[in-house]
Amino acid sequence: MTVVEAIANPFQPEPARVVRQYELIKNHRFFQVRFRDVNRAMAFSYKPGQFVMVSLPGIGEAPFCISSTPSRPGIIEMGIRKTGKLTDALFKKKDNDQIYVRGPYGNGFNLDIMKGKDIIIVAGGLGVMPLRSVLYYVLDNRDDFGRLFFLYGAKTPDEILFKSEFLQLKEREDIDCLYTVDKPTPDWTEHEGVVTKMFSCLPKLDPLNVIAVVAGPPIMYKFVIKELLELKIPKNQIQMTLERRMKCGVGKCGHCALDHLYTCIQGPVFTYWDTLHFKELI
Amino acid sequence: MRVMKMQAKFLEVFLESLENFGTLYGPQRKNGVLTWDRLDDIKQLVLGDEHTLIPVKKLFHPKKFSMFNFDEGGFQPDYSVIEKRVVIGVHPCEIHSLLRLDDIFLVAPTDPYYGGLRQSSAIIGFSCLPTENCLCKSTGTDIVEEGFDLFFSNLEDFYLVWIGSSLGYDMIHNREEFFEENVTHDDIQKYLRWRADRDKLYKKSFDFRNMPDLMELSHADEAWNDFGEICISCGQCSMVCPTCNCYNVTDVFDVSNTPSGRRERMWDSCMFVDYSLVAGGHNFRGTRADRLRLWYTHKLKAYGREFGIPGCIGCGRCVETCPVGINVLTVSEALISPEVHIK
Repeated sequence: MTVVEAIANPFQPEPARVVRQYELIKNHRFFQVRFRDVNRAMAFSYKPGQFVMVSLPGIGEAPFCISSTPSRPGIIEMGIRKTGKLTDALFKKKDNDQIYVRGPYGNGFNLDIMKGKDIIIVAGGLGVMPLRSVLYYVLDNRDDFGRLFFLYGAKTPDEILFKSEFLQLKEREDIDCLYTVDKPTPDWTEHEGVVTKMFSCLPKLDPLNVIAVVAGPPIMYKFVIKELLELKIPKNQIQMTLERRMKCGVGKCGHCALDHLYTCIQGPVFTYWDTLHFKELI
Repeated sequence: MRVMKMQAKFLEVFLESLENFGTLYGPQRKNGVLTWDRLDDIKQLVLGDEHTLIPVKKLFHPKKFSMFNFDEGGFQPDYSVIEKRVVIGVHPCEIHSLLRLDDIFLVAPTDPYYGGLRQSSAIIGFSCLPTENCLCKSTGTDIVEEGFDLFFSNLEDFYLVWIGSSLGYDMIHNREEFFEENVTHDDIQKYLRWRADRDKLYKKSFDFRNMPDLMELSHADEAWNDFGEICISCGQCSMVCPTCNCYNVTDVFDVSNTPSGRRERMWDSCMFVDYSLVAGGHNFRGTRADRLRLWYTHKLKAYGREFGIPGCIGCGRCVETCPVGINVLTVSEALISPEVHIK
């Protein structure tokens, strides 16, 4: 067995503790987790847009995007929708319970080309989860970036994830937050309608100096990209994160194949140009 | 490369002597089917031109095995699938298939199961003559230059033995009385004649070299829908294809009172409807046409990475196996042909 012991096992789930978990909105829970091993917890670094594989023994394993920022190390945050066998079991986990995590995987957002540029973050529904990572990363490294616009749309005010957190962000002067819901309630004071409606609120920007980051339901991409292209933002400056079925996270199991690429390695972040260049992405 | 000569009469004794280097594996007939398995006796070994139903990948990427055992203490890797082996009788196309699988499984981070099985297995290649559906001349996989420890070119009364690794050299050295250093001019002539004769035996071919471009051009071709109409999503193509690497992972509890069990890995196929299904019910490849196109993208365009080589190694198994006649020949014909694709 000496041969094998020399190869680190990339599929090894590592024990982690649920530090805190609570309901965000109905069927959506927020999890803060931390590797049991303190050195591993502090050394765990990642890029916004990367994901981890979460395991529960006997139930299975699935990919989840990281919702926290690497600029605040030690804790991994994830916002999870209850949607199957594994998430059903995860939702039963209490604070201090054990789960298993491995990662991080994927390419993450291209932060290098974002440096010094104006950033437009466009989130729809659960798509805000990976974008929350890049949002806080930019805020934590504020001087490295130009203006910051955060556009977020949900169906109703009750379905806004991290509502109080995001409403508090409006107090900051170094970010423009634009929130909208399709179906407002009487007490809703922000925008109404789909997320693309808020593009008219953006100031005049130099499109070559803008990086847009987009995540949301498949249907949203088409409309958001149309708006971004109307602003004349180059196609390779629009970054989007995709979802696929995955069993390994490291380019072996084949499930996330796109054309001849693997979402888990060459993605999950692709530019709009990539989606035109490689077929099948969206 | 060092090449030696061995008289045919020594073959069986020599192969038996390889037990010193690991458990012997090779093609053998079981219930009428030629299959890769452990050889309890060297006499079970079937060397010849016929290829096994299931390719040699099953010895390196097993159909089903346990990756981890789990209990309350966590996940412990289970490497029991790995053993020291000598795999005898691997045809050139199958050696190429392992090199293709290496591109997936050995590229960092290395898969320790496949990687462990590769590292602990010696490959003893054997030449073959084309059978009915062999396409290896088209795919350029009829000859091997790497990927074996020893390779035996069968020239009837003797073998040319190509030594591909230091382990291979040790195997020869162990029974050096069987081997002759001097390959004569006549031997070389005989080898050249064998190669020329072999080239004439191919009955089928296809335009493999132009397929990557054609696959790009034909992404929206109607042929995919036509094939999708007749495909029954049985997944047999994936099972018999030497370069299909996809697998699924499932956790299985032990039948006991403790929360223990194992995490199993087993072959999967992109032909199955739930292959690209994600949480919430969205299926990225809901149609059979989409799934077929993915399969053939990997076989005929690129495999593993951008600008990589296509996965097809021309063994012809899909030609023999697909119950509705979808295979690299019919697909490439349909994409090239100006005619209506299939009936």
